[in-house]
Amino acid sequence: MAVHLLVIMLSAILVNNIVLSQFMGICPFLGVSKVLKNCLGMGAAVIFVMLCATAVTYPVYKLLESLDIEYLKTVAFILLIALFVQLVEIILKKIMPPLYKALGVYLPLITTNCAVLGVTITNIDEGYSFLEAMVNALGTGVGFTVALLLFSGVRQKIDSSDSVPAMFKGVPATLVAASIVSLSFMGFGGLFS
Amino acid sequence: MSNLKEFTKGFIKENPTLVTLLGMCPTLAVTTQASNGIGMGLATTFVLVGSNIVISLLKKIIPDAVRLPCYIVIIAGFVTLIEFLLKGYVPTLYDSLGIFLSLITVNCIILGRAEVFASKNKVVPSILDGLGMGLGFTLSLTLMGTVREILGNGTVFGFSLPLLNESPMTIFILPAGGFFTLGIIIAVVNKLKHKKPPKEIGCKGCPNMASCEKLRNGGI
Repeated sequence: MAVHLLVIMLSAILVNNIVLSQFMGICPFLGVSKVLKNCLGMGAAVIFVMLCATAVTYPVYKLLESLDIEYLKTVAFILLIALFVQLVEIILKKIMPPLYKALGVYLPLITTNCAVLGVTITNIDEGYSFLEAMVNALGTGVGFTVALLLFSGVRQKIDSSDSVPAMFKGVPATLVAASIVSLSFMGFGGLFS
Repeated sequence: MSNLKEFTKGFIKENPTLVTLLGMCPTLAVTTQASNGIGMGLATTFVLVGSNIVISLLKKIIPDAVRLPCYIVIIAGFVTLIEFLLKGYVPTLYDSLGIFLSLITVNCIILGRAEVFASKNKVVPSILDGLGMGLGFTLSLTLMGTVREILGNGTVFGFSLPLLNESPMTIFILPAGGFFTLGIIIAVVNKLKHKKPPKEIGCKGCPNMASCEKLRNGGI
């Protein structure tokens, strides 16, 4: 059991990295990765929200399923996530001001992030149990953070380099760099069979 | 006349993917084949036109403070509809788009058009705007899909090409190839337009623009 959970966790981080091989959460990946210290904050907030979103949406899906209206999951999930992020923001502000100060700015960025909706839907589609779903959410969040951290280093080099051709300066160079980082993650493919 | 302009601006001048750089996730993820690109583009167009109509009709009723949740629910409703339609009529496409069909809900092109256009304009221009933007999105997704399919698989829309299909560069249909192809296409498009490539991805109409920009310019 423990080995099985570890496999889910590691494949979510390395093999099926949410950004580099599943293409979710590209906006924050390209938008926020410029400054290293923001990446950690963003990553922590994403891990937190993914875990909570999974904990909230999983039982709700079971409820929808028992009522035979599971096709409403997209509507229900996105509403729950939006509601939940809003709620967390209010609660944190009130009872844990230091944490709010650290994560507060990142929280609203996450509501319409496809990575969060994506992970909750993947958990359902894969037929995970609650425990597996939580482990997968944790792994996915960690994978997001790892990708963001790695890429922010690459990005700083590229942005400060003068040898990038004018035609590629800006987004094209960033995308080509992302492709190389993604290529390196392909090396993890086949880690588990 | 102005209606015509609303319709055609999405094709080239304000093409959502290649010029304003919105909706990056589906652009990269589903374009392993040209047919997937068309399918995803048309599904998004359907949702875009539908949500633009409803939001434009309800623009006076939706309170300003809760407009984003309202928009998201409307959009998610149309996404559920298109999921049913594709599952029933084109199950192969439904399977190959997979989770990205549900993720149309959080596609920033749709939310962006709702916020920037449909909530401020009448129904007819909103329909044309949605249709134009959607078709522009379809156009660029198909372009991406065609390039990746030719290079990565040696086929176009499933027909195999001589020479190329003998030893295709599989890397182009893998994730790394997606980033690479998009980077090259954006660079070429801007070169042809004699413009400098954009510095950042598009944030027009994204509800998170303000907080994102704060982070981008050196953090908190």
